[in-house]
Amino acid sequence: MTFFRPSFRHPDLPPNDAGYYLKDYEGGISTLCAGCGHDSTNAAIIQACFELSIPPHKIAKISGIGCSSKSPAYLLGKAHGFNSVHGRMPSIVTGANMANRDLLYLGISGDGDTASIGMGQFAHAVRRNLNMVYVMMNNGCYGLTKGQYSATADKGSVGKKGEPNMLESIDLCEIAIQLGAGFVGRSFSGDKRQLVPMLKAAMSHTGMAFIDVISPCVTFNNTPGSTKSYHWVREHSEATNTFDYVPFKQEITTDYEDGTTESVVLHDNSVIQLHKKDSSIHVTDRRQAVDALEEHKEKGLILTGVLYIDPDSEDTHRIINTSRQPLNTLGKKDLCPGNEALQSINESMR
Amino acid sequence: MKNIESTNDFVIRFANVNGSGSASANNLFAKAVFRMGVPVSPKNIFPSNIQGLPTWYEVRINEQGYLGRHGDVDMVVAMNGQTMKKDYEGLLSGGYFFYDSSRKLSEEYGRDDVALIGIPLTKLCNDAFENPKMRGLLKNIIYVGALAFLLDMEFEVLTSSVEKQYRKKSKLIPPNLKALELGYAYAGENYRGVCKLAISRRDKVGDAVIMDGNAATGLGALYGGATVVGWYPITPSTSVIESFGRYAERFRKDTETGELKAAIVQAEDELAALGIVIGASWNGARAFTATSGPGVSLMSEFLGLAYFAEIPAVLVNVQRTGPSTGMPTRTQQGDILACGYASHGDTKQVLLFPCNPKECFDMTADAFDLAERLQTPVIVMSDLDLGMNDHMSPPLDWDDSRAYDRGKVLDKDQLEELGDSWGRYLDVDGDGIGYRTYPGTHPTKGSYFTRGTSHDEYSKYTEESDAYEHNMQRLLQKWETAKELVPVPEVMVGNAPATAGMIYYGTSTDAALEAVDQLREQGITINTLRIKAFPFQQDVENFIRQHDLVYVVEQNRDGQMKTLLINELDVQPDQLVSVLHYDGMPITARIISSAITASIAHKGGKA
Ligand SMILES: Cc1ncc(C[n+]2csc(CCOP(=O)(O)OP(=O)(O)O)c2C)c(N)n1
Ligand code: SF4
Ligand SMILES: [Mg+2]
Repeated sequence: MTFFRPSFRHPDLPPNDAGYYLKDYEGGISTLCAGCGHDSTNAAIIQACFELSIPPHKIAKISGIGCSSKSPAYLLGKAHGFNSVHGRMPSIVTGANMANRDLLYLGISGDGDTASIGMGQFAHAVRRNLNMVYVMMNNGCYGLTKGQYSATADKGSVGKKGEPNMLESIDLCEIAIQLGAGFVGRSFSGDKRQLVPMLKAAMSHTGMAFIDVISPCVTFNNTPGSTKSYHWVREHSEATNTFDYVPFKQEITTDYEDGTTESVVLHDNSVIQLHKKDSSIHVTDRRQAVDALEEHKEKGLILTGVLYIDPDSEDTHRIINTSRQPLNTLGKKDLCPGNEALQSINESMR
Repeated sequence: MKNIESTNDFVIRFANVNGSGSASANNLFAKAVFRMGVPVSPKNIFPSNIQGLPTWYEVRINEQGYLGRHGDVDMVVAMNGQTMKKDYEGLLSGGYFFYDSSRKLSEEYGRDDVALIGIPLTKLCNDAFENPKMRGLLKNIIYVGALAFLLDMEFEVLTSSVEKQYRKKSKLIPPNLKALELGYAYAGENYRGVCKLAISRRDKVGDAVIMDGNAATGLGALYGGATVVGWYPITPSTSVIESFGRYAERFRKDTETGELKAAIVQAEDELAALGIVIGASWNGARAFTATSGPGVSLMSEFLGLAYFAEIPAVLVNVQRTGPSTGMPTRTQQGDILACGYASHGDTKQVLLFPCNPKECFDMTADAFDLAERLQTPVIVMSDLDLGMNDHMSPPLDWDDSRAYDRGKVLDKDQLEELGDSWGRYLDVDGDGIGYRTYPGTHPTKGSYFTRGTSHDEYSKYTEESDAYEHNMQRLLQKWETAKELVPVPEVMVGNAPATAGMIYYGTSTDAALEAVDQLREQGITINTLRIKAFPFQQDVENFIRQHDLVYVVEQNRDGQMKTLLINELDVQPDQLVSVLHYDGMPITARIISSAITASIAHKGGKA
C-alpha cells in the first residue's frame, strides 16, 4: 500500500467560478494500491466537480463495498459520504434522492458490487431513472476479496491465477440502455481527456447517468491475458466519438475538427458536442447505440465514449410527481393534517 | 333438543368462497352490530389465494366487551359447498346451521342437536334480479337480511348502513335494500321463533371506532410526518402502505400541480425497501417501510447497518405465521427474536408492541420521534390479526400542539458555533447519542463519512480495539437511554395478594384480559403486565421478581418473549412459564386460562 495523491494537482490553480480551489474537492489520502485504476477515476471526478463549480457540500457521495466503493473517502472531503453495504448503493441513493432532490448524487460502485450482488438494485435504479451519476469502476474482478472473476470479466479473459474465465460477461452499458437510462457512457480510467468531460456531461444530465469506467486492478487483473488490463484496453478501445461538454451560458468554442458534429442539449441547457468520424451512429437512438456496442464487441473492440443519451428523459421525481420542495425541508404544517381531520376519520370508522 | 339461547353473547361464522364478494356483506353485518351499540370483533380467516378457496369470517358478539377470539361457533352461515360438512360438524351442540336451501341437504346432515335454517338464497336472488353479475353479490346481502330477522336486529340500522356504504354509488342502493328485504321477509314467513340468538341494542361501544390496525398504522405514519416510503408487497403488510398512500392523496396533494408531499417507491425487494428508508432518513426525511417475516429476514443486513451507523429507520412488521413462507394468511407473534436481535454481531433493536388500532396509530407516529431521537431503527411489531382484521378501538387522537422530535441534528449556525470540536459519534451529553448533520447543511463544516465499518468518534475508519470497544459500549449507553423513552408496561396488580403473574403483549391482550376474569371466577387471582416495548424497563424485572411464578403468554412455539426476558433481565429462568399458542389462529381466553389452571393444579393448587 502506498499513499497516493491525484497526480494532476496544481496548488496554484485559480479558483473556479464558485470560488472553490481544486483542493476543496479533494478527499482523504487514498489507501488503494499504487497504480490502481480507481485512483485515476477519482482524480477525474474531482476535476469534473471542480470544473463544473459545484459547491462540494451540495454533493452526496454514496457507495457499496469493495476497493472501488472506498473511493468516496478519497474525494470531496467537504461532502457527506455514505459507504453502505455490498451491492446496495442504488437503494440508499434512491432514498437520499427522494428526501432531497436538490443535491447531486454521486454513486460509486464496482463491477462485483453492481453486476453480481447488486444487479437487481442496479437494474431498478436505472428503470426508475433515478437522478444520479452512477460510476461503476470496472476491473473485471473482485479486488477487495483478492481477485476472483467478476461478472463483467470477458469470456476467455485470464486473471492472475492463470485459469481463464469461462463464463459469459455482462455488459452493463448495454443493459443500462435497454432499461431506460437517460445517459450511458464508457471510458477508461487512464483517459482523463475523455473521462472528465464525460463525467461533467453526466453530472449535468437529469436522470440516470451511468458510466462504466474500465479501471484496471494492478494487483489482481493487470495480466496480459486480461481484457481489463492497461495494455489491452489501450490497444483495443475505439472511441465512438470525441466530444466536448459546453456548460450552459458558456460560449461554444471547440477545437475538434474530425468528421461531423452532433449537439445534444441537456435539461439545464448545457450542450454536449459529439465529434464523430462516422456520422451514421446517433447517440440519441437506443437501437443504434446497442448495435454499435455489439458490432465493436464482435471485432474484439471496446467501444468508449458517450454511448447513448435521451435528453428528454424524466427522472423518478417527475415520474411519481413529488413536490418541487425537497421533502426533507417540509415540516409539521405541511405534513400533519391535524386533529380535526382525524376526528372526521374517526367518524367514518363508526 | 334445546337450542342455544343468548342475547349479545355468541359467535357466528360465515363460511364463504374467496372472490365471491362476501366481504362487503359480512362487513355490513358486523358494522350493524357495532352500530347497535354492541361490542363486536370480526376475524377474517382467509387463504393465500385470490379466487375459489374457502374463507371464513368469524364474528364474536359480546356485550361484556370481550373481543378476543372465542373458539366456539354458535351459528354457521354455510355458503361454501367445499367446507359445508366440516362447518356443520364444527357447530356447538344446540347451534344453528344456516344454509342455501335452493339445493336439498343430503342425508349426511343428520345431527339432531342442530337447528337447520334453510333459506333458498339462490332461488330468491335469481327470481328477483336480472343482472347475473350482481346476483352473486346480492345473494350475500339476502342472507344478511335473513339474519336481521333471525337475530332480531334493528332493520333500519342495516338499511342506513347500506345507504351510507353506497353513498357515492347510489345506483346500488335500491337493489341492496331489496335484497335485504327479501331475506328478512322470507325468514319472517318461515322461521319465526326458531332462532333463540338475538342482538339487542345496548350502549356499550361508547365513542369507539372500528377499523383495522393497518389503516391506523398508515395513518400514524402520515401524522408522524413520514415523507419517504420504500416498500415491497407482502401479506399482511401491504395495506399499511395502501392506507398511507390513500391518506397522502387526500391530505398531501397539491390541488393545482398534483404534486405529492411524499415519495412512495415500490422497490424491487425488501432489501431495497429498507435501503430507501435508510438513505432518506440519513438525508433528513422521515421514512418508513412495512413488511412481514420473509421481508424482515431480507432486511437483516441493513438493520445492522442502521444500528451501527446510527441512522433512524421505522419498520412496521405485520407478523404472519413462519418459518419461511409459512402460512402467509395466518397470524403469529413469531418474529420477536428475529427483530429484537436483527442482524449479525451484537445488535439490539427497539421494538414496540401495539395491541389495538389506536396503539398502531400512536406507536407508529411515536416511532419516528424515537428513531430520530435514538438514531436507530424502531420496529413496530403488529401482526396479521391486528393489521388485517377490524377491531373496536378507542378513537384516534392527535395533540395539535405536539411538535416532531427530530432528535439531535445540528444546523448551519450551530455548526458555525461549534467550530472544529464536533465529532459525529462524540457522546457529549452522556446519553450515548451523538449529534448528526444532514448533507448540504454547511459549506465547510459538518460533513462526515457514514459507514458500517468500525469507526471512531469522528467517524473515521478504525481497527483499534479500544476505539471499537468504546463505540460498542456507547451503543449500550444509548440502549439505556432508550429504556427511558419507550412506552412503559401496563401493570395491573389487584388488591388481593397474588403469587402468580402473567405477562402478555400485542394481540394476546384481549384474550389475556378475558382469561384473567375466567380465572377469577375459579378463585384464582393473577396480576398482569403488558409489555409495550423492548428494551424492557426495570418495572418488568420488578414485576417478575415480585411473583413466585410468571406466565408468559405468546403466540409462537418457542416462547420467544420468554427467551428475551431471561436473556435481558436478572430473573430466575424457572420463574417463567410459557403459555403458548401457535396454530395460526388468534389465541383465545380459554387456551390461556386452561393452561394456567392446569399448571396450577400440577403444582399442587398454589397460585
Ligand atoms: C454481503 C457481502 N458479501 C460479501 C462481501 C465481501 N466482499 C467485499 S468487496 C467484494 C467484491 C468487490 O468487488 P468489486 O465491487 O468489483 O470492487 P473492487 O474491489 O474490484 O473495486 C466482496 C465479495 C461483503 N462485504 N458483503
Ligand atoms: S486490489 Fe486492485 S482494485 Fe483493489 S486497490 Fe488494489 S489495484 Fe485497486
Ligand atoms: Mg471490481
